[in-house]
Amino acid sequence: MDLDALGRCVSTASCLVTQTTSGLIAGLLLFLVAAGLTLIFGVLKVVNFAHGTFYMLGGYIAFTTLQVTESYTLAVLAGGAAMAVFGIFFERALIARVYGQDVLMQLLVCYAVVLIFDDLVKMVWGADFLAMGMPPAFQVPPLFIAGGIVPPFYAVLIGIALVIAIALAASLSGTRAGKTVLAAAQNPTMVSALGVNTDRLFAVVFAIGAALAGLGGALAAPVRSLTPGMGFSVLIDSFIVTVIGGMGSIAGALLASVGVGLIRGFGTIGFPTFTDGLIYVAMIIVLLLRPTGLFGREVV
Amino acid sequence: MTSGTAMRDIAVAAAALAILIAVPFLVHSPAFLDYIIRIAAMSLFATSLNLLVGGTGLVSFGHGMFYGLGAYAFALLMQRTQISLAAAAGCSLVISALVGLAVGAVCIRLRAIYFAFVTLAMQMLFYSIIITWQSLTGGDQGLQGGIPRRVLFGFDLNSQFHLYTVSAVVMVVGLLLLRHVSASPLGATLRMIRDNEPRTAFLGVTVWRAKLTAFVIAGVFASLGGILAALFVSGAYPELANWPISGQAIFAVMLGGVSTFLGPLAGAAILLALGDAVTRFTEYNGMVLGLVILFVTLGLRRGVLDVLTEALRRRRTGPAAGAAE
Repeated sequence: MDLDALGRCVSTASCLVTQTTSGLIAGLLLFLVAAGLTLIFGVLKVVNFAHGTFYMLGGYIAFTTLQVTESYTLAVLAGGAAMAVFGIFFERALIARVYGQDVLMQLLVCYAVVLIFDDLVKMVWGADFLAMGMPPAFQVPPLFIAGGIVPPFYAVLIGIALVIAIALAASLSGTRAGKTVLAAAQNPTMVSALGVNTDRLFAVVFAIGAALAGLGGALAAPVRSLTPGMGFSVLIDSFIVTVIGGMGSIAGALLASVGVGLIRGFGTIGFPTFTDGLIYVAMIIVLLLRPTGLFGREVV
Repeated sequence: MTSGTAMRDIAVAAAALAILIAVPFLVHSPAFLDYIIRIAAMSLFATSLNLLVGGTGLVSFGHGMFYGLGAYAFALLMQRTQISLAAAAGCSLVISALVGLAVGAVCIRLRAIYFAFVTLAMQMLFYSIIITWQSLTGGDQGLQGGIPRRVLFGFDLNSQFHLYTVSAVVMVVGLLLLRHVSASPLGATLRMIRDNEPRTAFLGVTVWRAKLTAFVIAGVFASLGGILAALFVSGAYPELANWPISGQAIFAVMLGGVSTFLGPLAGAAILLALGDAVTRFTEYNGMVLGLVILFVTLGLRRGVLDVLTEALRRRRTGPAAGAAE
């Protein structure tokens, strides 16, 4: 524990800017993954334990696409699109068989997929760490804001993540399709009785959730290294975020993601070895005060 | 519980113990004895988890915390104090009960999936503490240097044969006690909570007290499994407290079956055998394990023992009764 260092950091503008930026990056990337998770839970009432795998595959697919096409934009889009397709397949072939079943059944089906794809990634890309590297367009000198170093790529990442967050929220509350999704989250039987093909709706929601995770993985690839099994820590973080925010609440996920990101950003300075512990403590405290999370409704 | 079923359980346990003790004289394979020792640790852990999952309807993702706690408390007491092995084991169980009481009091306030995640968070918090508190726990290296003075009632646990015998006794006695819990009025109350919690509350049962009791009992027996694991590996390592250990217990429970008492034992035995066999043939054991899980969950749709007992019942009562279900 090093509270002195934390105090010194909070009181100097440069350190404050640097840590806030890295916290925001971590938080917003986490939000993309967690938003997919909470969307899937909100509508399908399924806890997708394989969500980290989508994140991992998104990262690896972006890695290979960048190598082949040398375009980071294409790489990110490929990561998201591939996961959308994969998500539909996964939902129809596996998850559709365990709707309404024991949560342990859903856990095990997803766990099996995690194990299989961790090994598949090992076969295809190897077990070693892979570094994607910064896309050429962003290999420029960093920005200095109040003495703090902010690489331009970070600023772009924050922008992209925010745009996706706003687009998601706007299309959920502002379009007919989005409202149908929200209605299905409330009462799928009624929505189905009104003539909506809920099977297809569920598959589409799952695809969007998976695509968000894939986008998160692809966007994060240049700043983090790729390794089989990398999905797990992201999965745990996404769970913490969805549980703190309230399962099914996108706004809750955004607030909690940024909070967790900032705890990470400043925790590494004050409590270098106990950063994860801080986040678990935060989650336990929130759940004690509000047993269904910040914006959660009672779940069955 | 009628005394008849209790006597039957005791007779079954005695017969099982007799067979287990005869094994080393018939099978001269150290690997097989190691396998049974690992089953002893894992089966206590998985069966105690099933008291929560199948017996109370409390899905805990963080049960491995108590497995790790038992291992660490026991190994630390053995390394740092001069008390005997039995006293160290007893103290570890008491510590686990107290921690179970505190953690349980927090967790059982939450329902369903939130309960599952808060137990996982508790386990990960415990794991973070182990990694961080290096001076006590050795951090990510674990408690090395072995467990000294391994003599228990004349058994020298440095000998594999003696460790095997003690593990077999602990497993059989531990499972018998857990069986007694699930057959007791408390066990019946817990099943009632699982099936209909509001009605149980209306019938005058203090639901939180019953749940908390189950949580503490399950924690104590999981830590008994952890003590066996610590004896087996002669130390305590962070892996014993990390999340995959909880995942293994959940899988053992589901693989064997939640609705039969011995399901988790069968699941633990299958899981460990599978792990050993697969590691011998391929480095991609995750892929094989994943395919097996998919087969069990989507193919059988319940545990192996559940399928077997149902098939037996159907044979006994004739195909008509089976078709009527």
